[in-house]
Amino acid sequence: MRVRVDPDRCEGHARCHALAPELFEPDDFGNATALGDGAVPPGMEGKARLAAANCPEYAVEIVEDGG
Amino acid sequence: MSGGKGGDRPADRRPVTDWRTDWDHLDARWRDDPFPIWDALRDGPIARTERFEGAWLPTRYEDVEAIARDTGNFTSRRVVLRDRKFDDPPLPAPPLTSDPPEHKAHKQVLLPLFSPREVARLEPLTRRICNALIDGFVADGGCDAAQQYARHVPVRIIAYMLGVPIRDSHLFIRWIHEILEVGASDDERNRNATKAMRDYFRHHIALRKEGRTEADPDGPEPDLIRVMMDGSLNGVPLEEKHVLGTLNLLMVAGIDTTWSAIGASLLHLGRHPDDRRRLIEEPGLMPTAVEELLRAYAPVTMAREVRQDVELVGCPMKKGEMVLLSFPAANRDPAMFPDADKVVLDRQENRHAAFGIGIHRCVGSNLARMELRVAIEEWLGRIPDYRVAGEIRWSDGSVRGPRTLPVTFG
Repeated sequence: MRVRVDPDRCEGHARCHALAPELFEPDDFGNATALGDGAVPPGMEGKARLAAANCPEYAVEIVEDGG
Repeated sequence: MSGGKGGDRPADRRPVTDWRTDWDHLDARWRDDPFPIWDALRDGPIARTERFEGAWLPTRYEDVEAIARDTGNFTSRRVVLRDRKFDDPPLPAPPLTSDPPEHKAHKQVLLPLFSPREVARLEPLTRRICNALIDGFVADGGCDAAQQYARHVPVRIIAYMLGVPIRDSHLFIRWIHEILEVGASDDERNRNATKAMRDYFRHHIALRKEGRTEADPDGPEPDLIRVMMDGSLNGVPLEEKHVLGTLNLLMVAGIDTTWSAIGASLLHLGRHPDDRRRLIEEPGLMPTAVEELLRAYAPVTMAREVRQDVELVGCPMKKGEMVLLSFPAANRDPAMFPDADKVVLDRQENRHAAFGIGIHRCVGSNLARMELRVAIEEWLGRIPDYRVAGEIRWSDGSVRGPRTLPVTFG
């Protein structure tokens, strides 16, 4: 599983960072990007889905492996 | 300044008899319990009132979201409903009252000071403030958690960030009460408090021009006043009215809002010992619990002005009319949130709109979230068992939260 933040949608709510700091990093303006290459470590899939389901801008995308 | 006795309440208003055609968010019933009003309105067309020189009230999440995102048809130049629109053009409070394309640059002046990284640096201070407040009443067996605790946390932090002395907090609390609560229906007191606040900031800007400040020691460098003084747009220094408008906004927006969220959260946890115990036993729930408390008790309602005639879900909105954007109502929409009236501490899907949606997302949202989390953590750490013990008085105006919250403990 991978996560990605759509920079055109992100408005800097930073809720992905608040809920899954292991996966998302905010920049100086508070807009988020996926940490590293966005790969979700085993066991962190739930937090990735939580981050996506809490973004009011629908900016957090989840890409399932093989999908 | 005590949160409104008698004469401090808004002037007597004609009571609402039909919320669908004559709503008024300053009505006492809305103030005390707005949830049934919104629930009854959600099934029909967007509610209308001839008050406020004509205004609309969406209560469904999808309508609130659509209007918040539609900066073409809805301008932010006015964000508060008034019986009669005053100040034309209205005093700017960038970036809140800014529209595209200027909005982005106005907001980017501020954003770096409110990023999650900067906010994290304020967490130890926030914990010290909370504990010093608790020290003051923990031996008394009870306190007013709104007046003696919640209200003091955000005001001290924003004073620190602005670079003004924390000992002036009582002034800020009074001005904001006169702007947001009394001033919701009293234009003159609103204007006077706004002017007093602008004069206060003028004084602190003048001090900095002489190389001095009155800030408490160990404050941030640069502080928010200095950032605004030195701010520029396309290489041109910010105009004084921009600087003062933003500084006023930071104070007005940064205090009653978070005070309300902390108070409402402590009220909920006082009335729901099961939720309180669960949060103490499972501290890992805190991140989702904070978002859920923000959803259920979102304090802030904003407004927009219709920029040009537009029809939205069959409602003909005329240029110059206002739209009340009730983020709290959107957050209770069962079409968006199953069990919308229930607080679910581990709610998984939660795209709440407590901090707005779209480009006007609250600049201070990271700060507010941290203050709310820390204020709850420190309170529950030292006062794990408490009961609500008396009458709750709710605020007037467009920022909703308990202004008295008597509790007993120990």
